[in-house]
Amino acid sequence: MKISIFIPCFINQFYPQVGSQMVELLERLGHTIDYPEGQTCCGQPAFNSGYWDESRAAAEKMLEAFADAEVVVSPSGSCGAMFKVFYNDLFKDTPQQKAAKALSDRTWELSDFLVNKLGVTDVGARFDAKITFHDGCHSLRELGIHDAPRLLLANVKGLELIEMKYPICCGFGGTFAVKYPEISAAMAEVKTDLIRETGADYVVSNDSSCLMHIQGYMDRRKINVRSLHLIEVLSKQ
Amino acid sequence: MIAPKKLFKRDVVQNTADVPRRAFVRNALRGYEAKRDENKAKFLDWQSARDVASEIKFEGINHLDKYLKQFAQNAEARGTKVFFASTAAQARDYIVNLAREKNVKSIIKSKTMTSEEIHLNDALEKEGFGVVESDLGEFIQQLRKEPPYHFVFPCMHLKRDEISSLFHDKLGSEPTNSPEELTMIARRFLRQKYIQADMGISGANFLVAETGMISITENEGNARLTTSLPKIHVAIVGIEKVLPKLEDLALFLPMLGTAGCGQELTGYNTQIGGPRQPGETDGPEEFHIVLLDNNRTALLADAEQRDALHCIRCGACLNVCPVFKNVGGHTYGTTYAGPIGSVITPHLRGLQDWKHLSGASSLCGACSEACPVKIDIHHHLLQNRRNAAAEKPVWWEKALWIGFAFLMRRPFLYYLMTKAAPFGQFFHPLIKATALDPFLAWTHSRECPASATTTFKDYWKQHKKQKDAASV
Repeated sequence: MKISIFIPCFINQFYPQVGSQMVELLERLGHTIDYPEGQTCCGQPAFNSGYWDESRAAAEKMLEAFADAEVVVSPSGSCGAMFKVFYNDLFKDTPQQKAAKALSDRTWELSDFLVNKLGVTDVGARFDAKITFHDGCHSLRELGIHDAPRLLLANVKGLELIEMKYPICCGFGGTFAVKYPEISAAMAEVKTDLIRETGADYVVSNDSSCLMHIQGYMDRRKINVRSLHLIEVLSKQ
Repeated sequence: MIAPKKLFKRDVVQNTADVPRRAFVRNALRGYEAKRDENKAKFLDWQSARDVASEIKFEGINHLDKYLKQFAQNAEARGTKVFFASTAAQARDYIVNLAREKNVKSIIKSKTMTSEEIHLNDALEKEGFGVVESDLGEFIQQLRKEPPYHFVFPCMHLKRDEISSLFHDKLGSEPTNSPEELTMIARRFLRQKYIQADMGISGANFLVAETGMISITENEGNARLTTSLPKIHVAIVGIEKVLPKLEDLALFLPMLGTAGCGQELTGYNTQIGGPRQPGETDGPEEFHIVLLDNNRTALLADAEQRDALHCIRCGACLNVCPVFKNVGGHTYGTTYAGPIGSVITPHLRGLQDWKHLSGASSLCGACSEACPVKIDIHHHLLQNRRNAAAEKPVWWEKALWIGFAFLMRRPFLYYLMTKAAPFGQFFHPLIKATALDPFLAWTHSRECPASATTTFKDYWKQHKKQKDAASV
């Protein structure tokens, strides 16, 4: 299958290994990868801040970049939800409404794609570690993804998954994290307490944006738990 | 007057720093969540129940004109007086004038958020009418001269010893740590008030159009006493509380108990269909219902967010909201706190003054998932943000996002920026977490991730070159 990948701006900038490992895994599974080079940012920060005209201006470029894609796969539930859910709102009653709907229908979050489109649950990974899994809210509630990443993790040899007691938000929320840093940090505090309670050495998620927040908070508090994107676990041999 | 946003930000700083109080509220609500799930499981299918409840409310709200008329006709047929109040002032005046006209001496009141919304107690007290709250939580808050913290659990933020010392100070009771004894102290005080009162004021959880009845859900029996002992009963109710049929209560009463309190059903559910009828031996001589609009029709006119009027004020969205749990109920500065309050307050009290509440959310969606009537709460917060920015953009935000769009539409310029970022980050430690730090809002509590010198775009160029070379 020819797969067009959508690499969110912060993954491009801060976590390029998440993108490259995704490319390598999908290629190993026998697929052809295309990275439309016109892509920048999906426009979510402006969208969430209420500035929909500016968001749309950025998003239009993404519609163009992915116009010819057969399927689009993103390693971020949040940016994936922007394509899949929010572009329909953003482009409602505009000339690009149809194009937005077409992109939405073809877009997948990575774990959902592996499990429910490709039917792959075992990628032959091995990782001897105790981990806990964080559901990004957009992935969990906008896209309804819960089981797919867990199915993939269940087949990683040597891995022990310990669930947190409560599946709560990490407090990132995009621009919310800098508009209301005190609330955001208080939420991160509650989240990291739940992570530590599991005794896991790693917190794994299908969203690097949540992990950027969780890791940033844990580093400040000198908490010795590392964050890893799901693909980084699936790429370990 | 200090702007609501300023007050909000001040209280956010103060209350997020109160670690023990946050833990206390969080643990209480985790207890609620466990009980709620236990009782959700008793529904044949909770999700279908939500679908049906949302359809019933949709019918009621989208034909509000028809059902309110039907409600009023049926209520009036049994001798109830129905007054439609467009504004808070009209509702207050009606009740104050009634109290004056009937020469009322003493008023007892059961829990009603609508009365909080119109500041009824203040209006009555200004005219010399004493009002006593009969709901235990509201009574405690009244003694503390503080509005309810949560619209279902008014004093959930208070610990037992705080209530004990409050009662000791205000009522002269002996300090005690027993919840039963604390309840008895309030009960002994309140029983006298019921007997003295000649007017009882209540709210209502539902208006049943088919029968002209109001329905009240409670756990203490205080609303029954408040509505049946005094000569005059006044119910103040928002117009959105209407349900088409009596049988709708069969779904809504257990749903409200479960979503609101984690109970199968609350202790008491009372339907009141009018004042004392000829030949009856008890009940009030007069029954007045004040139906309050107070800008609810402005929300009704907004097709996108009209479903916010489905709200049955169960508080389920507050109970699961990580923002509510960490900032507490009073921080919002609104009658209706939490996610649903952040959605409706801009409609009820002005978008520009209250838009900050819609911004103070991570949009995690726990509220929408918990809502028993399926209000799309967190997406409405997004719409409020959009409407506020479209109506009156903040100039520097607008400039920022125009710059953002300019950059994101130019992949090459964007690429140069991503390449420059590591250099900028190299010098960042010099100003990190100081007033000069442009990322202070982030670095105040979190470390920054390191900018990669080889971005994904760089990797892809290399990777593509290798692939192309291999395929030749």
